[in-house]
Amino acid sequence: MAEQKRAVALISGGLDSMLAAKVILDQGIHVEGVNFFTGFCVEGHTHAIRKKKQQSPKRNNALWVAEQLGIKLHIVDVIEEYKDVLLNPKHGYGQNLNPCLDCKIFMVKKAQAWSFMQDNGFDFIITGEVIGQRPKSQRKETMPIIARQSGVEDRLLRPLCAKHLPLTLPEREGWIDREKLFDFHGRNRKPQIALALQLGFTDWSQPAGGCCFLTDEQYSNKLVDLWQARGSREYELDDIMLLKVGRHIRPQPHYKLIVGREEGENKYLEGYKGTFISIKTTSHMGPLALIDGAPTPQDIEFACQIVGRYSQGRNATELVYEVRFPDGDTKPITTTALAIDALDPNWHV
Amino acid sequence: MSDSSPLHPASTLPETQRHHIDARRLLCPMPVIKAQDLIKTLQPGDVLTLVATDPGTLQDIPSWTRVHGHNLELATQTNDEYHFRIIVR
Ligand code: SF4
Repeated sequence: MAEQKRAVALISGGLDSMLAAKVILDQGIHVEGVNFFTGFCVEGHTHAIRKKKQQSPKRNNALWVAEQLGIKLHIVDVIEEYKDVLLNPKHGYGQNLNPCLDCKIFMVKKAQAWSFMQDNGFDFIITGEVIGQRPKSQRKETMPIIARQSGVEDRLLRPLCAKHLPLTLPEREGWIDREKLFDFHGRNRKPQIALALQLGFTDWSQPAGGCCFLTDEQYSNKLVDLWQARGSREYELDDIMLLKVGRHIRPQPHYKLIVGREEGENKYLEGYKGTFISIKTTSHMGPLALIDGAPTPQDIEFACQIVGRYSQGRNATELVYEVRFPDGDTKPITTTALAIDALDPNWHV
Repeated sequence: MSDSSPLHPASTLPETQRHHIDARRLLCPMPVIKAQDLIKTLQPGDVLTLVATDPGTLQDIPSWTRVHGHNLELATQTNDEYHFRIIVR
């Protein structure tokens, strides 16, 4: 009996990669999924932080997809390596800070490197890409660029739009029947939805705008603000996670406040009390806020007033705040809350 | 981990087969990645306990153990912590 061929599927957790993997599984190929965690992925985190979103499932969609397909999923931490992709994208950025084309090349290359590290290796790589789906990264011209620059060449198969593309090795060798692949193109999602239903799926995830926060304008602005304030484009995982949480208010270039918007965020910010100066009103119910930067004592008092504005004491004549320093020292401060119209809208990052 | 932890192993397994990950404060999927990367180095029958604070782990750790065929012996919550015990297959 011929040896069963093995494919690695890039699983984002969205519909397209789920369908691509299913179509190949149905051709008798052994498929395992990989999912790369860059730190910017939309998965789970914000659901976990914000109580408000608890009605939406807190599941990790990539894992959920793997369960639906009955395949193994390997989640790979690429936070460090991804920095170079984000900071120095050869092909530039999309509408915001999303370096989609470089990101795709990186992920396909990583999938190959990952596959080499496994016993027996894998024979080819599949993605859920569809020509014309994304204006920058998923175009007819970019498909061969990804295959070439990742080094994967004709071992890269895109089952959903394969019929628009040259033959790949798995098709040429007869491991895969090209006739059973698809010719999807463009932004219309109807063919994917029809295929999903035909394959028996009733549920899938379709994150709006893409698979990561870098496509989000507000998030990108916060990241640029962070880099500008630090005078360097370095970042750590905690930095980029914190950009997903709270209101970010920068009254002065040398410090900003991160103010929790609800209980889940306050709780999450609590975890950073050992790293940042934190402020909380003790005379009234109110949010927890962190100060990122190097504030003077006057700045800290002003920061308290900003925090007071978001507390239940916003109209009180006097509020008591507890300022806590990373070493655990605390200092009570009694002052007012900032008047509503005194908060410059330009301070909101 | 204190003796009152729901994960305190009553098991007679030797120390070398018992492993623990403190994934508190880590957000998903980091707790899953930590478990996955450690389990890769373990032997069948080894026991991994994990404690996390991200409620997403309540979905993700069981899901990950199912797709990889490991045995999730325990998944429980105490206050704001989530505790898991996985037997490596
Ligand atoms: S949306 Fe984000 S994760 Fe997806 S290809 Fe673009 S940069 Fe990469």
